[in-house]
Amino acid sequence: MSDTVIQVENLWKEYRLGVINHHTLSRDLQSWWAGVRGKEDPNSTVDGAHAKRNAAERFWALQDICFEVKQGDVLGIIGRNGAGKSTLLKVLSQVTAPTRGEVRFKGRIASLLEVGTGFHPELTGRENIFLNGAILGMSKADIRRKIDQIIAFAEVEKFVDTPVKRYSSGMYVRLAFAVAAHLEPDILVVDEVLAVGDAQFQKKCLAKMEDVGKQGRTILFVSHNMAAIQSLCPRACLLEAGKLVQMGASGEVVSGYLGGLFSASGLRDLSGRRDRVGGSSLRLLSFDVVDDVGASMADVPCGKRARLELRFRVLSGNPRNLRFGISLVEKGSGRYFTELNSYYGSAQVFSCAPGFHTFTFTVNRMPLAPGQYHLNFIVTSGLEVLDQIKDACQLTVSDGLFYDSDQMPLPGSYPVFFTEFQCGLSEGILGGQEITS
Amino acid sequence: MDKVTERGWDKVIRPRNGWFDIHPAEIWRYRDLIGLFVWRDFVSIYKQTILGPLWYVIQPLLTTLVFTVIFGKVAHLPTDGLPPFLFYLSGVIAWKYFADCLNSTSNTFVGNAHLFGKVYFPRLTVPVSVAISNLIAFGIQLFLFLAFFVYYWQNSSVIHPQPVLLLLPVLILQMAALGLGFGIIVSSMTTRYRDLTQLVGFGVQLWMYVTPVVYPASSVPDKWRWILALNPMAHVVEAFRYAFLGTGFISLQSWLISLATTAAVLFFGIVLFSRVERTFMDTV
Repeated sequence: MSDTVIQVENLWKEYRLGVINHHTLSRDLQSWWAGVRGKEDPNSTVDGAHAKRNAAERFWALQDICFEVKQGDVLGIIGRNGAGKSTLLKVLSQVTAPTRGEVRFKGRIASLLEVGTGFHPELTGRENIFLNGAILGMSKADIRRKIDQIIAFAEVEKFVDTPVKRYSSGMYVRLAFAVAAHLEPDILVVDEVLAVGDAQFQKKCLAKMEDVGKQGRTILFVSHNMAAIQSLCPRACLLEAGKLVQMGASGEVVSGYLGGLFSASGLRDLSGRRDRVGGSSLRLLSFDVVDDVGASMADVPCGKRARLELRFRVLSGNPRNLRFGISLVEKGSGRYFTELNSYYGSAQVFSCAPGFHTFTFTVNRMPLAPGQYHLNFIVTSGLEVLDQIKDACQLTVSDGLFYDSDQMPLPGSYPVFFTEFQCGLSEGILGGQEITS
Repeated sequence: MDKVTERGWDKVIRPRNGWFDIHPAEIWRYRDLIGLFVWRDFVSIYKQTILGPLWYVIQPLLTTLVFTVIFGKVAHLPTDGLPPFLFYLSGVIAWKYFADCLNSTSNTFVGNAHLFGKVYFPRLTVPVSVAISNLIAFGIQLFLFLAFFVYYWQNSSVIHPQPVLLLLPVLILQMAALGLGFGIIVSSMTTRYRDLTQLVGFGVQLWMYVTPVVYPASSVPDKWRWILALNPMAHVVEAFRYAFLGTGFISLQSWLISLATTAAVLFFGIVLFSRVERTFMDTV
């Protein structure tokens, strides 16, 4: 039988923005004394609209949050910056009290909003394991039992009796995460702490989290890493401006979130971008990813056919020798790693007359691994750059099957990366969206 | 008040309400953490120092020497007929424990904001552990005092230890409680008023001069006695001196009053601290 182990009921949290009070005792006393004598507060603002300003400064970081988590659930919490994720975690981990509402727990709860909380630089690795463990709620006996595992997990065997101030930042973070990973509470609240260490260690952390989830522990996990959310958490909830707007299977919630992020249609407006390079004869207006029937997609499943449409306007002249390029930058590493260019393959060049046009790359099988990519767009005529926008928008590739089965594919039966695409130019803006620059 | 276990829930988080939201059992559960904090404070202070824990001894010794020269030799303040060095040393170490407790706990919230903002543990563990690590320093200094005490006791006839000496643990507890109590009151208020930090620094120094540390209470004119009566630390220092050295201006009644004051200060401090700890992260 699955029990409810966390119950959040009508949770509200209010913050007051700006200066909370005068912050010096003497000024507070001054204000108070003025009040006693019935005079005007010398520290009030000139406009005197004190009460009104106070009301405007109130800000509800959490509004009427209600949810329940059952024993063994791994719940992802997603949302934009400022949506209230961190505030929710702070309330759940008792760092700050809610303004209204109640949260109830069953079992021991531990929270991990940061790794290495309370590490003391002068103490050795071993000493810090004890200190940090105790801060996170472990008893000395617990730590003593697990210390060898912790040291092995952190891969710092050789340096465990060296003060941590001499550690490299990677070692420091590994040690810190290792302590946290061995907490073994009934409920674990984790903020985005996995974005630490190198790729190999991140993998290890994710695997450890999965392990913890499988042991029947309950986990609340906040992350911006949608892939991690989808692989770790069967369920997720989406916060938006302090409200819980969606809760359910993590796949749905994640696509709901990403859909909202790029507006419902997935169309990215570029007409307002000022950070462009190039002349004034041609302007990129928008970018869209559409499926076979022309419906806009918020994300492209790996292995699916997709059309990437670049809409632009030729303002003057009849540009010739046009080449269109989309280069991709991996979001995590920031590394430029591939590009689609109309010049590749068949060495096509295009020319067009003034007016609105759409350039389309049709990718038969999206060859990118699930994740997020930044896109740069460039249009050149010969050697001249007509328009270029760096970091123009994001492309989200979601989970999907690139190969049709789990079998090892025959050589040559699948396209090699981006070698298989068609491109074409058409008059007018497809999809009927007229954007004037 | 405590409905934590209602309907089978282990823990219920509620908005801050009421003044008496105190959970002593929780602090006991985190005793390992207190121990580790004490040990951290103690170890980290003398890592990478030459003299290490010797500093605990050097500081009061030098202070006492300076007092002996300035107040004894230059200003000729009376010492109730006691050897000046022993008189000042007794005052200095009794006062120092209280002052250290107050000074270092008064920074609890602001100084640990980064820690408190990231993880929950009962916040009182920090000032309590500070009081305990200062107790270790006090213990070392007490040994220093005892060495001089035994030396003077053997070599002069003016020292008469009193049976009250058996109550020394109570006296030490009172010093700790007073320092802790005032310290957490100040630390609770510094979350709103930062300038209190400045005040504490020299306030404690000034306080020493209205406490019979560098002069005996018997030398205070009658018309100023009421100031001493209001100062709970005056009784503690006098009682400490009386217990060891046999001179002092203390009555059972006045000590009981100061004990009551101490309890009140500590209680008020804990209540205020527990109230502030719930939401101080939003204002600090």
